[in-house]
Amino acid sequence: MHEYPITSQIVKIASEYAQKAQAARVVKINLVVGDYSGFIGDSISMYFDILSEGTLCEGAELAIRKVHPMLRCRTCGELFKKVPFSFECPKCGGEGGPTEIGKEFYIESIEVE
Amino acid sequence: MSETKKIEVMENIHGENERIALETNQRLTEAGIFCVNVMGAPGAGKTSCIIQIIKHLKRVTPFVIEGDIESDLDTQTLTRLGIQTFQINTGGACHLDAPLVREAVKQLAPNQRGILFIENIGNLVCPAEFVIGEHMKLLISTVTEGSDKPYKYPLAFEKADGVILNKSDLMPYLDFDLDFFTRGFRALNPQAPLFKVSAKTGDGFAQVAQWLEEKALALHEAKD
Repeated sequence: MHEYPITSQIVKIASEYAQKAQAARVVKINLVVGDYSGFIGDSISMYFDILSEGTLCEGAELAIRKVHPMLRCRTCGELFKKVPFSFECPKCGGEGGPTEIGKEFYIESIEVE
Repeated sequence: MSETKKIEVMENIHGENERIALETNQRLTEAGIFCVNVMGAPGAGKTSCIIQIIKHLKRVTPFVIEGDIESDLDTQTLTRLGIQTFQINTGGACHLDAPLVREAVKQLAPNQRGILFIENIGNLVCPAEFVIGEHMKLLISTVTEGSDKPYKYPLAFEKADGVILNKSDLMPYLDFDLDFFTRGFRALNPQAPLFKVSAKTGDGFAQVAQWLEEKALALHEAKD
């Protein structure tokens, strides 16, 4: 349910760019999805096949690059991968705060023909 | 075989939602309405907390937009208390989004300066991902949900501008680890205030109401 409106937005954006480029169809959509974006790649793919029907995106491959959340240590500045139930910096033991890495949700590029 | 061409897009998929939310936010600011996006799990006591806050407001007029998947029970309760309320039913959708709220604000048509509480769908996940036109996000957490919530639902705690810990009168009967909760919350969000309250007894709401009132009045002053 949650991914449905978002997937139609993906189809809309990709179709607009393809149209501007006067392309016949979209072959591939390169999507970047952070783990903290709240969207699940498999669900997007499922809706994509239905929602892209009859659009320039029909039959296109949806390539999803996932991004793991990173924290930045407030003491030493180290950027490190978030593990569940911990904010501890592996370098100095300090506390890591959230960053924008892992919240991505955008279309990087499309491939058209 | 036709040639394949790569086109750079770099477009945020939330872009359209964010654009509409900004529009709503500007309209509300212009009208002198300070807008609070109230988020929390089902049963956290979002409506009860809104009612308690409103009871403690002294200087600003409250308005409410209620978001529910179904039913208008909360709207009936609020309307009986004389609070101007508008109901949104999402019919299954798990969060409010900017287009829904834009329409609801139009329908509610608040006719004086004040503070608008928008009660989001009971859910700790997606409401945190969608801006709806608010000036701040207020998260209602509870001691009955357990002290691990900041670790399990980090985005909601990170994005909150204030956190209410409700049902704190039940603390003596539970194994709620306040220190563990606070550590997780502070790692994600060093700034936002934390209010321990009980919507059952009303404890702690005077401070919440005062804090919100100051924010709303600051918005009015900035406009004057």
